[in-house]
Amino acid sequence: MNKIQNNRAWFLVLPVFILVAFSAIIPLMTVVNYSVQDIFDQNNAYFVGVEWYRDVLQDPRLQDSLLRQFMYSGSVLAIEIPLGIAVALMMPTRGAMASLSLILLAIPLLIPWNVVGTIWQIFARADIGLLGYAINGMGIEYNYATNATDAWLTVVLMDVWHWTSLIALLCYSGLRAIPDAYYQAAKIDRASDWAIFKYIQLPKLKGVLIIGVLLRFMDSFMIYTEPFVLTGGGPGNSTTFLSQTLTKMAIGQFDIGPAAAFSMIYFLIVLLVSWLFFTTISQLDKNKT
Amino acid sequence: MSRKKNIGITAYSIFVLLPVYWLINMSFKSNEEILGTFSLWPQQFTFANYQVIFTDPSWYNGYFNSITYVVLNSIITLLVALPAAYAFSRYKFIGDKHLFFWLLTNRMAPPAVFLLPFFQLYSSIGLFDTHIAVALAHCLFSVPLAVWILEGFMSSVPREIDETAYIDGYSFPRFFIRIFLPLISSGIGVTVFFSFMFSWVELLLARTLTSVNAKPIAAIMTRTIGADGIDWGVLSAAGVLTIIPGILVIYFVRNHVAKGFALGRV
Repeated sequence: MNKIQNNRAWFLVLPVFILVAFSAIIPLMTVVNYSVQDIFDQNNAYFVGVEWYRDVLQDPRLQDSLLRQFMYSGSVLAIEIPLGIAVALMMPTRGAMASLSLILLAIPLLIPWNVVGTIWQIFARADIGLLGYAINGMGIEYNYATNATDAWLTVVLMDVWHWTSLIALLCYSGLRAIPDAYYQAAKIDRASDWAIFKYIQLPKLKGVLIIGVLLRFMDSFMIYTEPFVLTGGGPGNSTTFLSQTLTKMAIGQFDIGPAAAFSMIYFLIVLLVSWLFFTTISQLDKNKT
Repeated sequence: MSRKKNIGITAYSIFVLLPVYWLINMSFKSNEEILGTFSLWPQQFTFANYQVIFTDPSWYNGYFNSITYVVLNSIITLLVALPAAYAFSRYKFIGDKHLFFWLLTNRMAPPAVFLLPFFQLYSSIGLFDTHIAVALAHCLFSVPLAVWILEGFMSSVPREIDETAYIDGYSFPRFFIRIFLPLISSGIGVTVFFSFMFSWVELLLARTLTSVNAKPIAAIMTRTIGADGIDWGVLSAAGVLTIIPGILVIYFVRNHVAKGFALGRV
């Protein structure tokens, strides 16, 4: 659509700009400010340059949780994207069943994150939880509170439960936008289900899948509440992710300088990965056409 | 084929519902029963856990606090995002693309990064422990998303409608409210759904910015962990009650959700 050049449109954007600037720029500048100073109290602050950044980058705590974070986000994406597409393909397309499955699928998305943690805590505990009880009943030793592998698997399963619906609903709405004529043409050509999926459905889903991958990457990278409630980051540090390490640093130990430097690095990683993903996708797009 | 599909979707629905069912199951049991016996449904059905919540103001006020800031957040978000989305969908202006991208980067900021500065900022202007502080903090995430969604919906309305309205003598505010808003009502529904969703489920910022008067229900739930272990029954009941508002909201927007989840872009 061709738009009209009109700089007075800024007046319409101004409220958003002021509001977001108030709650984004001021805090962000505060963080930048802290990250280059050593603060003893209100009157004693020294400029230390990039020292905190150097410290933080060499800190094994950060390196470990960064590695865990990437593994976590990677495995979560690897499961949720294909599963979400599959669920979307299986969803009924019309009638009461369609509304019902929409509502059912959306339920996990609307549960407060700490309640999600609580639900899985209750569900997966070996003594009172259905899942833990059933797995132990089958003769497999399972306890997410003491075994690092079990804890890891439980946290990933929880995230799959929590967020696959988002991908499924995104894809579902993408699928609804494909005109019937496409399917009829495919029928005339006697295309197999796989061919229909590969040549008609998947290309049409690309737009929503980009949104889905981006949202899931960003949110899984910021995950805090659910593992905090479920495992408290343990056993040991096996499920301590970046946000939790950061919160411990900033509020638990009050290391404001390093925590601020850590924050900046954290934010930059999210921005960088999102930007890389976005440009790669749009570059691929250009090469094709 | 369609049989296979039905089995698949049923299996997935069970996977979604089972943990929720377990929570509901627990909420109707007494603590002795939860810890003593293992059963798939409550043997001695009890409302005692819900009674604890409905009779103790420090419990049920948590729900009012949460709902208050979520509603405030939705209202503020809509009020500022509507004109902005209109500007982005209809006009070119200096820095429009940069501004749009900058807005979206705020959606990418980890809340943990803003924890400390937010605390200091809202304390210094005297808004600490108020509903409006939490609502404003959540705007950081809800406003960019709202602008994005609304812009998609607005772009699908042909601009001839705007022009016809001006020729008919409508002023901008009158056109916007009387003609334009009804056209994108499903977009508004979806926007409210998303701002509700992200504000209702967020805990980290809400907990940090409140202490007593505006404490959200999600933070109050941590009280159930006492000296003699966790009060599983009350915890479950409180959890069940936090799910209900979400189900109500999704029920109201269920017909728009298919279009809305694609952010109006399909």
